[in-house]
Amino acid sequence: MRPVAVVSTAQRQEPELSGLTEVELMAPLIEKARSAVGLTQADIGFTCSGSSDFLAGQAFSFVMTLDAVGPVPPIAESHVEMDGAWALYEAWVKLQIGEIDTALVYSYGKSSPGSIRDVLATQLDPYYVAPLWPDSWALGALQARVLLEGGVVSERRMAEIAARSQSHAAGNANAVRAGTPTVDDLLDTAFVADPLRPHDCAATADGGVAVVLAADDRAGDLSDRPAWIRGIDHRIDAHHFGVRDLVAAPSAALAARHAGLGSDRVDIAELHSPFTTSEHLLTDALGLDEAAVTINPSGGALAGDTLMASGLMRIAEVADRISAGTADRGVAHASSGPWLQQNLVCVMGAD
Amino acid sequence: MAGQRCAVVGVGQTKYESTRGDVSMPGLVREAALRALADAEMEWADIDAVVIGKAPDFFEGVMMPELYLAEALGCVGKPILRVHTAGSVGGSTALVAASLVQAGVHGRVLTLGYEKQSESNAMWALSLPQPFQTSVNAGAGGYFSPIIRQYMTRSNAPDLIGCMVAFKDRRHALRNPYAHLHQTDLTFDQVVDSPMLWDPIRYSETCPSSDGACAMVLTDETAADRASKPVAWVHGTAMRSEANNFPGRDEVNPAASRQCAAEVFAQAGIRDPRNEIDVVEMYVPFSWYEPMWLESIGFCDEGEGWKLVEEGVTNFEGGDLPVNCSGGVLSSNPIGASGMIRFAEAALQVRGMAGDHQVDGVSKAFGHAYGGGAQYFAMWVLGTDKP
Repeated sequence: MRPVAVVSTAQRQEPELSGLTEVELMAPLIEKARSAVGLTQADIGFTCSGSSDFLAGQAFSFVMTLDAVGPVPPIAESHVEMDGAWALYEAWVKLQIGEIDTALVYSYGKSSPGSIRDVLATQLDPYYVAPLWPDSWALGALQARVLLEGGVVSERRMAEIAARSQSHAAGNANAVRAGTPTVDDLLDTAFVADPLRPHDCAATADGGVAVVLAADDRAGDLSDRPAWIRGIDHRIDAHHFGVRDLVAAPSAALAARHAGLGSDRVDIAELHSPFTTSEHLLTDALGLDEAAVTINPSGGALAGDTLMASGLMRIAEVADRISAGTADRGVAHASSGPWLQQNLVCVMGAD
Repeated sequence: MAGQRCAVVGVGQTKYESTRGDVSMPGLVREAALRALADAEMEWADIDAVVIGKAPDFFEGVMMPELYLAEALGCVGKPILRVHTAGSVGGSTALVAASLVQAGVHGRVLTLGYEKQSESNAMWALSLPQPFQTSVNAGAGGYFSPIIRQYMTRSNAPDLIGCMVAFKDRRHALRNPYAHLHQTDLTFDQVVDSPMLWDPIRYSETCPSSDGACAMVLTDETAADRASKPVAWVHGTAMRSEANNFPGRDEVNPAASRQCAAEVFAQAGIRDPRNEIDVVEMYVPFSWYEPMWLESIGFCDEGEGWKLVEEGVTNFEGGDLPVNCSGGVLSSNPIGASGMIRFAEAALQVRGMAGDHQVDGVSKAFGHAYGGGAQYFAMWVLGTDKP
């Protein structure tokens, strides 16, 4: 494939950004990502974004947000109703055709105006399941119960994952849940959805992220140390509850294999895990050796989960560390749907 | 043409109706997908990836429904992308699918657009109040009527050109078994006498609300060369977007439309669209958009589009640039699929498989979709010969 790299990123994440419109949120981030590598919109070959009307509370909400790009004169542009990681995938595909050398990718979400746990119930089978309004924590708890009773994970292991996330997040200005709790402290808290405790559920956040991609020599012109995409792939599992095996994330493992993760040594991994249990599953599905790989150096999605942007933020976190020279190789992961139904894996490196 | 060669080898459509009460959403998409696979002489296992598009999730109230439709679309264990680019989404979705092939990422891609308007309330979904924004409670017709009025003023078009387009497309629909509206006894006078909804747009000059899905199978050159039926080669693809509001924006003839057309014709090596394109499938949800887009795309000079309509140039019978032989959006409008239907009907014309609305001797066809406040555009040119 044609070499493509992340050459610039900008992100912002806070517990609540309800005072800002999506345009006010994204315009500064897009400008920051472009200007950091000396580009204006006229230099960008293709623009792609990811967002959800269900968060914005408006049909065609991305049409309004396009103003943040400044699409005058007209631009070559597309949008996915998916996490921005998939918008990056679409831009990567466009760059593979070979006619353009740069792309802008952005995504954003504001969950704070509504009850995101309930909103996510509208992703489920609309005839038989959604009318029961099973919220996302309830589904997460169901999976956690299966994992606990199957001996796949323990409550202590879940708390260890949470403690690690929060301590890593202490160094991340964009994290919304950071600290240095002990595992025993965490295990001493009450359930929010038995067997899940507050620390087991990703901290919901509002935010946005913008990324600039460049291909071939252009990447080297724009960045001293581009974060090259060595492999990227995404897969989906079945949706219907009766056919899912809750103790596995087969589409994550499949995407990792097709992205070439198995043959690559990585220093860091940024995982989009909505629950501590999903992080445990993903570590296994991606074949990550925790002794050799730093998992979620930013704190990961557990420390701040901006629906529709969390996956692209994971890619930005890995790219930033590679470009800064604190990592040589890394893997970023994005997920969507109940129980890690859909997964994207992006392997990046300094070479 | 950009990248590696790509061809349409299969097309599948459902019957478009106001209510497909006999099928669920998965049943609806599966019906179109299975027909596209059958046309392509393929099985589910032959497909590498799926690209799906639809209009706002608010319509049916299912958030990111591609998750729920994974099994129905046979893509468990495969990649699926969900595109949403306003009304142009059906076209954009096909172009994303084509780009997967052109980039050499996948060899065989299933792409599909759908809408089940009977399980939705489009007027509600399009009119949710928003802080700091004017609510468009009048729906899409109310939004576009002043733009159409501006076109009429600018071009000195006679008042009944829109009615001529609507009458033509409804007559064309009688040749298409999949079309939603089959108004066998409709007369031109009935179109003219229908109630004025959003002046100058009459009831008969607007699109219906439909349930339906449309699917295509796109492949690389190797698979297309093996196809036993005729295929439609992709000669050019282009997408353009511009802001909804900015000083000096020409809403009648948007710069994004003109640039998108210029790009797609340049890729296809077309210098004289009027003479080199044999048949057009164009996104015309309100009748007057036919002359407006004829001008904007470059099939004629500015101010001349209505004359092509008046002279019958865009008629299936006797016209030398037939437009919307399928009946167009004016006869079937499952919103998320409407753009893809245009792209798929262009493919059927090139393949010689359009049945009773097949134009003789098509070698190049044009598919078009637009969306938002006439600010999102997707276009492709297909041909019988390899580009």
